[in-house]
This record gives sequence, structure tokens and C-alpha cells, in this order.
Amino acid sequence: MTDGAALGRRLREGDRSAAPAALNVIEDRSPAGRSAALELLAEVSTAAMKGEAPAHLIGVTGPPGAGKSCLLSALVAAWRAAGRTVAILAVDPSSKRSGGSLLGDRARIDHDPADDGVLIRSTAAGMRLGGLAPPTREAAEALAAAFDVVVVETVGVGQSETDVEQVCDTVAVIVQPGSGDTLQFLKAGIMEVPDILVVTKADLGDVALAARRDLAAALRSLGRRETPVLAVSSLPPPSGVDELVAALDAHRAALDLPAVRTRQRRLAALAEFTFESGERALRALGGRREAEKLLAAQDPALSVRDLLAVLEQQSR
Amino acid sequence: MRTYAGHSTARESNALYRKNLEKGQTGLSIAFDLPTQTGYDPDHELARGEVGKVGVSIAHKGDMHTLLDGIPLGEMNTSMTINATAAWLLALYLTVAEENGVDRGALQGTTQNDIIKEFLSRGTYAFPPGPSLRLIADMIAFTVDEVPKWNPINICSYHLQEAGATPAQEIAYALSTAIAVLDAARERVPEETFPRVFGRISFFVNAGIRFVEEHAKLRAMGQLWEEIGRARYGVTDERFLRFRYGVQVNSLGLTEAQPENNVIRIVLEALAVTMGRDARARALQLPAWNEALGLPRPWDQQWSLRIQQILAFETDLLEYPDIFEGSVVMDGLVSEIVDAARAEMATVEEHGGAVDAVNYMKTQLVESHRARVAAIERGDLKVVGQNVFTSTEPSPLREGSDGGILTVDPAVEEQQKDAVTEWRSSRDQSAVDAALSQLSEAARDDSINIMPATLACSAAGATTGEWAGALREVFGEYRAPTGVADAAMAPDDEALSELRDRVETVSEGLGRRLKILVGKPGLDGHSNGAEQIAVRARDAGMDVVYEGIRLTPARIAQAAVQEGVHVVGLSILSGSHLELIPSVLAELRDAGVDVPVVVGGIIPEADAEKLREAGVARVYTPKDFEISRIMGDIVDLVADRNGLAAAPAAA
Ligand code: B12
Ligand SMILES: Nc1nc2c(ncn2[C@@H]2O[C@H](COP(=O)(O)OP(=O)(O)OP(=O)(O)O)[C@@H](O)[C@H]2O)c(=O)[nH]1
Ligand SMILES: [Mg+2]
Repeated sequence: MTDGAALGRRLREGDRSAAPAALNVIEDRSPAGRSAALELLAEVSTAAMKGEAPAHLIGVTGPPGAGKSCLLSALVAAWRAAGRTVAILAVDPSSKRSGGSLLGDRARIDHDPADDGVLIRSTAAGMRLGGLAPPTREAAEALAAAFDVVVVETVGVGQSETDVEQVCDTVAVIVQPGSGDTLQFLKAGIMEVPDILVVTKADLGDVALAARRDLAAALRSLGRRETPVLAVSSLPPPSGVDELVAALDAHRAALDLPAVRTRQRRLAALAEFTFESGERALRALGGRREAEKLLAAQDPALSVRDLLAVLEQQSR
Repeated sequence: MRTYAGHSTARESNALYRKNLEKGQTGLSIAFDLPTQTGYDPDHELARGEVGKVGVSIAHKGDMHTLLDGIPLGEMNTSMTINATAAWLLALYLTVAEENGVDRGALQGTTQNDIIKEFLSRGTYAFPPGPSLRLIADMIAFTVDEVPKWNPINICSYHLQEAGATPAQEIAYALSTAIAVLDAARERVPEETFPRVFGRISFFVNAGIRFVEEHAKLRAMGQLWEEIGRARYGVTDERFLRFRYGVQVNSLGLTEAQPENNVIRIVLEALAVTMGRDARARALQLPAWNEALGLPRPWDQQWSLRIQQILAFETDLLEYPDIFEGSVVMDGLVSEIVDAARAEMATVEEHGGAVDAVNYMKTQLVESHRARVAAIERGDLKVVGQNVFTSTEPSPLREGSDGGILTVDPAVEEQQKDAVTEWRSSRDQSAVDAALSQLSEAARDDSINIMPATLACSAAGATTGEWAGALREVFGEYRAPTGVADAAMAPDDEALSELRDRVETVSEGLGRRLKILVGKPGLDGHSNGAEQIAVRARDAGMDVVYEGIRLTPARIAQAAVQEGVHVVGLSILSGSHLELIPSVLAELRDAGVDVPVVVGGIIPEADAEKLREAGVARVYTPKDFEISRIMGDIVDLVADRNGLAAAPAAA
């Protein structure tokens, strides 16, 4: 039997070699697996860590082929050069029909196999429509105890950012030049404004500059002038990567981290509760607003699981 | 007529060339080992197990001198199977010629140099598409005046069919590649020279077992080529518009089961490219009966040479004008293929041309190959000896103590490693450093032709790894798309859904979805098998991690750990399995990964036994063409290793 608590403690002590086994446990949906996972997560909870995990949780999301993974290669190099350890959770779409998936992002992210400061884990999005793989949030939580930077790479533009937002401190939306969708979604308000917008493939020249200009104009008209729009090229010689690193750091530095993370945990608990118990259970609590109030009254350090338990208990 | 040769060391290959020349061979065909083809020195980590294996190892001009010692270069027609590092090998050839007092103008030969098909099929690429294409354009611009009898590029459709291409895809992707190359070259040569550049483009084509259709394919290709010359490039001189091509006949369809049947296949395929005079090959290379077993021995090669000689000298094949002239059936077939190829070329164009369409084309090839593999598995596509008429008398051909194949002495690798260290320490290092920095400078500036700096490196005594390393530094490393991620799901059938149920059951027992790592260690570029296994595993409901070719054992072990897989599958066809598989096993052990490891590829039975002793759970070879069965085994292995009740077996 896997000792979830021991794995959790190792992560808390910064032992990165515990990470793969920890992820196996978190992905395990069997009853035994779940209880090991809960023990594990308890060891890396805000309470156990005596504060929020110091890792920077970054969401990297955007349409297929936008250049997310190549950008991560460049970012990994920059972060490692600065001595920061990095874990990447690459979420791939699964095949609806077979349930299986081909996880190819790993190949696109350059890394040195001898470097234990980088971990890449591919996970299938699973059957849950449009959102993050169920264990992704928990995986991010666990990794945040042992790595300096934790990245969640997801495909999508439009809906799934809201999921990433519930997991990450900073969300960067990646678009490639010439893809009008993001611009349209932004203008139409279908898509929430991300923390940072990145136009990739700057080496393509004018189209990239035009894309950057259009996005900046759209943000201005939405009154979000302060949102950074950066152009990067991930192909050698990379450009704009240091600026992006700085922008990510700046965004994170400006956050009231405990408040953000507490809010995220509460939102996640509510989403999880609704997903598992259904709208009817939510009504039993007096509706969404009442549920939110109930959560707001809890200890800010409570984990998603604890909050979920509160909701479940209350709805019985 | 020539045989493809080049083995292990420069000295041995040289002896072989001299022997062949004495026998009256008119050309030299040089095969390089994979490290040379991908730009690594013999002592590089990735070169492990591959030095001198599928060709000769050439690390510097000294090796090239040895290789060509005593051969009259001015009278030779030399064909080099070299692509990513073609500029470098040509430079070494030119350097040796010069140091032997032979004029460049007299040199004749071909460098293969078609990088797109390396991304799509052959796998010996080194740099990203953009810079790779630039190197080709530089070579074209350089040779057209400096080495005017040299064919700087040979566009290959051969390798596309070997990766599963249909006739229309084979034509479309090769001609689209030619267009990409010519467009790039047009910017680098004076306008009046361009028709000559067009005329220097030759092709290397495949011919499969459906030999009537294959003959039509070649006529179609000639027709389209002329059309491109006239319409797109305004070439009018008939001489330059001729579709010139050489052929190697299909090897993908040659079987491990009842290998003697392959000889008949080879003969029929040879007919496809010789039958009609108007579309006859200029040169013909035939594989050997033991293609799917391992490397051919001299006797095996001789047998294939005899096929050509019998066709040429005993039959009446060469006595007639074009025998299909006026054939309504042939013309109809040709125009069908032309239409299909045109449509596919238009799609490539929509993707931005061959360079930008690499991912699209690769995905199409994986899908076509999947259809082929599935048809054989279902029995819809009949392969005699493999899926029909399978009972057989024991074959006397395989009885020799060598198991019927050529084996390469593993000691060559150590010798070459020592030799290159020795070479590095005995040259003028400052001259090498200066030449390499000149090379980097040229690489960074698109307007400078890469050849002069490359020649300077060659003359100074730089090594293959140093030349490619300097360019990698500027251009970046590249991993070609695998084509598997976007490959569509296989159509549902009973076998698949039964398999899926088993995967579900075992996944449930495991607590999470059965996850497999498909890995390709070393420099081997044979990706077909790994791709088909990966796609089928996904279709069966597994989570599949596949990173493509060219991984170090350490990287595979790291992926296995980090990804938390339940089983590791390795694929090696190049013959380096005895060096690489045990080292992957050791890395896995060191990393604490205790999962079953299965291996597939060209693995002689004696070696399979050694691998099993070393801890490999299962070994598969081409005769195991039923992938469903392989998948079933894998599910069972995982179930067994995890103490789960065996999944329900086939009904
Ligand atoms: C197709 C082919 C090619 C294609 C490859 C296209 C591609 N992207 O894969 C091309 C034309 C590019 C090619 C090139 C070369 N080839 Co080649 N090629 C073949 C050929 C004809 C068929 C291989 C194949 O794809 N079969 C179809 C697939 C589906 O079958 P498979 O890989 O065997 O896989 C099955 C099983 O083995 C098993 N399996 C395989 N992998 C795995 C993995 C797992 C996890 C599992 C469970 C099972 C499994 O399951 C599969 C299903 O049945 C073989 C000979 C033959 N007939 O087998 C030679 C062969 C492998 N090639 C050979 C050589 C020498 C070369 C070259 C070096 C020639 C040259 N000098 O240029 C180059 C090198 C390229 C490189 N970068 O490495 C030699 C290798 C010699 C040796 N082992 O000693 C062979 C054996 C031919 C020969 N007799 O000379 N080749
Ligand atoms: N020119 C140019 N091409 C790039 C750049 N970054 C990525 N690409 C190319 O864009 C394609 C997609 O890149 P990826 O990094 O795999 O994109 P992705 O967003 O991770 O893709 P998915 O994970 O499949 O959604 C590849 O062919 C890259 O070579 C860049 O900066 N410049
Ligand atoms: Mg990606």
C-alpha cells in the first residue's frame, strides 16, 4: 500500500524525487488510491505548510499549435538558468471514443534528462468536457510544495481558462499571429481577459507585430490597458523570453497571494461540489449565493477537500 | 547497375569499392552510418551502438581520404546517401579531390539532400526546416558553377512509400518538395542559370508490388514534372524538362515470414520501372530476399544484381519502343493518378507548401500506413506467406551459422572512438577554431553561402560533430513532428472494442488509465512500427507517451519515471538493440522503475533470447503483424505485474 502521507511529507521537505509517485497516487481513482491521495494532500495543505506554498503557479493556455510547448522550452531554459526548479503539467485532449490519448507535448519541451530540477508530466484531459483533468488541480497543489515554478499547459481558448484560473496564480494566454479567434473572443467578451497575453512566432515578422497591436488595441477598448501583451519567438535565437519571465514575476509579485489562493480554493470546492452532487444539492444549500457565504465564513487555510466536506455536510 | 555499399570502417569500405571497380562497376554508392548522417562524432552519446553499423563512419577528411584511397575520382560517378550533413560530406569529398589534385569541374555524382523526406520518413535530419532548406539552396547555388556535373539534390519519393504513402501521396509530397527546393534556389541563382538548376533535379522513386499501377504512377509523375517546369518555372528546353529518376523497389512489403517469396516480389517490382520505355528508370537498386531479417551479405546482394542482369540481358524487355503507347487502359490509369496527385498537391499548397505542411503530410502518412497495416491484419490485403498460405517447409536459406544475415563487428565502434580522439589531438587546433567560428558567422547570416566556410572547416580538419554542432548552436535542435497526435481514430471493429473493454477493466484495477511509454532509443529513424503501436494503443484506450525518434536511454528512463507509466515499449530496427536495450534497462533500474519492458523491431532470434535474459518481457518482430494481439499481450503483462486478475481473453 502506498504511503500517501510519507510522499506528502517528502514533497513538503522539498524532495522532488517524490513527485512522480505522488502524481501516480493523485491520479489513482480507486478508493484506496483516493484515501492515500487525501493523506498526501493533507501534508502539503496550507495548514501543513504553515502558509501558502511559495511556488509560482502559472497557467499557459491557448489554441492548438499556438506554440505553447516551444515557448515552455525557452521558459524552462530561462528559469533553470536562474536556478529555479520547474514542474510542468501538460494536459492533452483525450479521444472521446476510446478514452485513450496520445501525449505528445513532452517531446516539444526541451529539457536535459540529467537535470532533476525539471519535471514534465503529461495527463489526459479525461472525459470531463472542456475542463482540466480532475487530478490536475491536486497535482498542481502537490507539486507546488516542492518546485519553484509549476506550469499547467492546456489547450483551449474561451472556456477552459476559467478552470486554469482556479488553479493558477497567473494565467498567460498564448496566441499565434494571424489567429483572429482570440481577438474576437476578447472583444465579444466570451473570453475573460487573461493576466498576460503572449503572441508567439515573433520571428515571422509583420504578422506578429500586427497581432500584438490588435490585441493591445482590443484590451484598451476593454479598459484593460495595463494587461501586458508580449511578442516572443521561441525558435533560436529566442527573443522576448526574458521580458516574459519578468512580466510573469511582476504579475505574481503584485498579487495578494493568500487572498487569491483562498478564493481559488473556495471556487474549486464549489465547482467540485456542483459537479459531484449536482444542482439539486446546491439548492439544498439555499443556492449558489448561500453556498458562497458559507464558504466565506470558513478558515482561509482550509483545503479544497475540507471545504468540500463542509458543503457536503451542510447539504445533507 | 550498382550495389549500395559501405560498411563499418573507411578502410574496409575502400577495399570493397576497389573490388567492385575491378569487377567493372562504374559508380560508387556510399552509405554512411547514422552518426555521420545526423552530425555526431563516433564518441557522442547518441552514437552508441551505431558507429559503422548501417554504413561507413566518416568523422573528418582523414576518413574520407582513406575511403577514397586509390580511386580515380575524376572518372567516378559517386552517389552519396546523405542529407542533413550533405554540405559537409560534399565538402570533405571536394577537399580530398583537391588534395589529390583532381579538378572540381571533373567531379560527378549526387548527394541525396532531400530534407523534407527526412522529416516525413527517414529521420536523419539535424536542423529545423528553414535552415535545412537554406543549406540545400546554398549547395545548389554553389555546385551549379563550381561543380557543374554534380547533382546537388535527389528528391526522394521512395521513403514516402516506405512510410505508407499511397501512389498519389508519393507523387504529391515529392513534387511539392521539389517545388519548395526550387523556390528557395531561385532566390539564390541568376535567372539565366535557373533552367539548368531545374534540369539538375533528379528523383529517387519507389515501385511497389501493384506493378501495373506503379508503372502508371511513374508516367504520371513525368507528366506532372514537365507541367511544373513549363507552367511554374517557364522552362522550355526539352532536355531540362525530362523526368530523370532512379529507383529502389519497395521493401516495406518484404516479409520475414517465408522470406524466399521476397525474390518474386522484387522481380515484379523491377518490372514496374522497366516495362515501358517512356517511363524507364535510369538506375535501379534492388533489396535482397532477407530484407526483413537484417543486413544483406555479399551473396544476397549478388542475387539481387542477377535479377537486373537477367531482366536486361536474357529477356526481350529492352528491345521495344514504349509498349504502352496508345493503351487506353494505361492512359486512363495515369490520368486518375495525375488528378489525385494534383488534388493532394493543392492541399499541401494550402498548408503553405511542403515546408509548412510537414506536420500535415506526416499525419497523412501515418494514417495511410495505419490503413495498410489494418488491411493486412484483417486479411483484406493478402500477403502470401504472412496472412495467407502460411504453412511452410523449413527454409534452407536460413540455415547458415550467420542466420542468413550480415553482422557488423561491434569492436569497430571502440576503434572509431579512439581514432577520432587521436585525430582531434593531432591537428592544428587554432586553424579548426578559426574555421568553425567563420562557419558560425556564415550560418547566422542568411546572405552568405555556407559552402566556403564548410570547405574551410573540412580543410582545417574539423570533425563531423564539430561542423554540425556549430550549426546546431545557431539553428537550434529540432524534433520532427511524429504525426501520431493528429492521426484520426481507427474505424471501430470488434477486435478493437474487445481490446478496449480489456483496457478499461485493467485500468479500473490499476486505479488510473493504463499508460504506456513508446520509446525509440538511439539514432534509429525507423519510426513506422513505433507510430503504429502508439496509435493503436491510443485507439485501444491507453494513455500513450510517444516522443518520437532519437532518445538517449537516460531520457527514456526519465520519461518513464516522470510520466508514471505502467509499461515501456521500445522499438529498434537499425541493429543496435544489443547495445541500447540493456542500457535502457539499466537506466530504468537505476531510476527505480519496475514495469514490464517490451521490445519490437528487427531482432534476430538469438538476440531476442539475450534480451529476454536481460529482463525484456516480450520481443516482437515483423512476423508479428497482428497488432491487436500485441496489444492484448501488453494488457495481460500489465495486469499480471500488478497482481490483477487476467483481463477477459478474446471470446
Ligand atoms: C520501411 C523501412 C525503412 C523506411 C523507414 C520509414 C519509417 N519512418 O519508419 C526508410 C526507407 C526511411 C528506411 C531507411 C533506412 N533503413 Co530501413 N527498412 C524499412 C523496412 C523495409 C520495413 C520496416 C517497417 O517499417 N516495417 C513496418 C512496421 C509496421 O513494422 P515493424 O517496424 O517491424 O514493427 C512491427 C514489429 O517489429 C513490432 N514492433 C516494432 N516496434 C515495436 C515497438 C513496440 C513497443 C512493440 C510492442 C512492437 C514493435 O510490431 C510491429 C507490428 O507488426 C525494413 C525491412 C523490413 N522489411 O522489415 C528496413 C530495415 C529496417 N532498414 C534498414 C536500413 C539499413 C536502413 C537505412 C540505414 C538504409 C540507408 N543506409 O539509408 C536507412 C536508415 C534510416 C534511419 N534513419 O535509421 C535495415 C536495418 C538493418 C539491421 N537491422 O541490421 C533493414 C532491416 C533492411 C535491411 N535488411 O537492410 N527504412
Ligand atoms: N516560427 C516559429 N514557429 C514556432 C515558434 N514556436 C513554435 N513554433 C512552431 O509551431 C508549432 C506548434 O508548436 P507547439 O509549441 O507544439 O504548440 P502548442 O501550442 O504547444 O501545440 P499543442 O500542444 O498541440 O496545442 C510547431 O511546429 C513549432 O515549430 C516560434 O517562435 N516561431
Ligand atoms: Mg503543446
